[in-house]
Amino acid sequence: MSDVSARVVIVGAGHAGGSAAALLRQYGWQGPITLIGGEPVPPYQRPPLSKTWLHGAGALADLLLRPAAFYRSSRIELQSACNVLAIDRVGGTVRLAQGDDVAYDHLILATGAHARVLPVPGHDLAGIAVLRSLTDADHLRSLIVPGAHIAIVGAGYIGLEVAASARSLGADVVVIEREARVLARVASTPLSDFFQRRHAEAGVGIMLDVTVDAFEGVGGRVAAVRLTDGTVVACDAALVGVGVVPNDALAQAGGLACDDGIVVDRAARTADPAIHAIGDCTRRPLPLYGRTGRLESVPNATEQAKQAAADLCGRAPPPPEVPWFWSDQFDIRLQIAGLPLDVAEIVVRGDPQSGSFAIFHLTGGGVVQCVEAVNAPAEFMAGRMMIARRRPAVASRLRDVSCSIRELAG
Amino acid sequence: MPKVTFVEHSGTEHEVDVPVGTSVMRGAVDNNIPGIDADCGGECACATCHVYVDAAWLDKVGLPVPGSQEASMLSFAAVAQPDSRLSCQITMTEELDGLLVRMPEGQH
Repeated sequence: MSDVSARVVIVGAGHAGGSAAALLRQYGWQGPITLIGGEPVPPYQRPPLSKTWLHGAGALADLLLRPAAFYRSSRIELQSACNVLAIDRVGGTVRLAQGDDVAYDHLILATGAHARVLPVPGHDLAGIAVLRSLTDADHLRSLIVPGAHIAIVGAGYIGLEVAASARSLGADVVVIEREARVLARVASTPLSDFFQRRHAEAGVGIMLDVTVDAFEGVGGRVAAVRLTDGTVVACDAALVGVGVVPNDALAQAGGLACDDGIVVDRAARTADPAIHAIGDCTRRPLPLYGRTGRLESVPNATEQAKQAAADLCGRAPPPPEVPWFWSDQFDIRLQIAGLPLDVAEIVVRGDPQSGSFAIFHLTGGGVVQCVEAVNAPAEFMAGRMMIARRRPAVASRLRDVSCSIRELAG
Repeated sequence: MPKVTFVEHSGTEHEVDVPVGTSVMRGAVDNNIPGIDADCGGECACATCHVYVDAAWLDKVGLPVPGSQEASMLSFAAVAQPDSRLSCQITMTEELDGLLVRMPEGQH
């Protein structure tokens, strides 16, 4: 167990870093906690940025993870708009872009991820947005006005959530996707088909199997997206949502093992006993799936924040959680539990045409690895339970909606 | 301002102010009450703000609407009971001043 009066420095004040600071206090950490973030605001929730925030609903106070006053009253020194340049593991300090070095006994890296840049000509024209931060969201909000033509590059969750929001705000939307279906990297084919249909019905233009060649500008401002097949899609603004890259450069420069993310164990420890890493920036064990992976999600940020805080405070490690994700688009609530790894069979329960159904992913042995639930909260919760238990399920019974989900979850 | 008492599974009590119009979950999070994870931030997507409403308050707080997202989520939540609610779905009112809720053993 650590000395709970030692100094903790947390680099990164997003969901993971902010949660770790709060949990350390919950778990009885007495020593100084310094929370250093590059953004000018206290830790906030990112999921609403593509949804309610774009609609102009809600105030900053509602977005914040905890009230601004919380940090002072909890003796957490929050240093906002402050960038960390380097870690000195021998000296036990972090170097800031402005001001003095900050000394640590324990360091938690919660540096997050950044939006991947599309390396094509014109990618830095005005009117091209990404969506990761509050600043990005405010920029995007200024571009999505009624009647505007918005080109969205990438049909992942960010692209589709923004497409849904932009349509309801009265913009014209075209989504440009390199793969043959939407959500290709993150969802099963039946789910892709469902979302593709719903977006098309809502008037979203969807172009598949196409690649961006360049952004074309007029007077330094984006005016069109040119595709490699020669097609030109005129637009007033564009959003690029083609995935994120973990911010592991600080850790790499500090000599910590990184492999598309900072490598950590089940307690969010790096190989350096003084350094933990949590959230989007990590490559972590996935105990249910017997491998490591990167999880870009709020539940992952909070789970690893719990692991690190418990480890530092000498508490029993928290039980492993089933990874999960959610997305809201139009009137669709998508909830996903688990990961579709080692899947031999896909079972659709319910009729996608009805707008409420669930897709179960099973191994060859019938173990449920993942459930994608569309407007089906009971199936999501039951699936999450089945994934945790690792007991084989019978595909024909899962498919049969006359078998109650309660009975199937056992 | 109305007050809510949160009782941890261990029995430790926390009495905090929760503004009218704010969810009981938000009251717990803003005051860093242990035992409420609130992964989804109040979207009724995760069932990690599960509480048991004290019997004396159950009539005023009410039960989840049958068939609602909350009811469906709770029907499979770990250690759910007849007095279970998701605290993100309880909005604070003056009438709820003094509300007492207990935490389950875990949220996952």
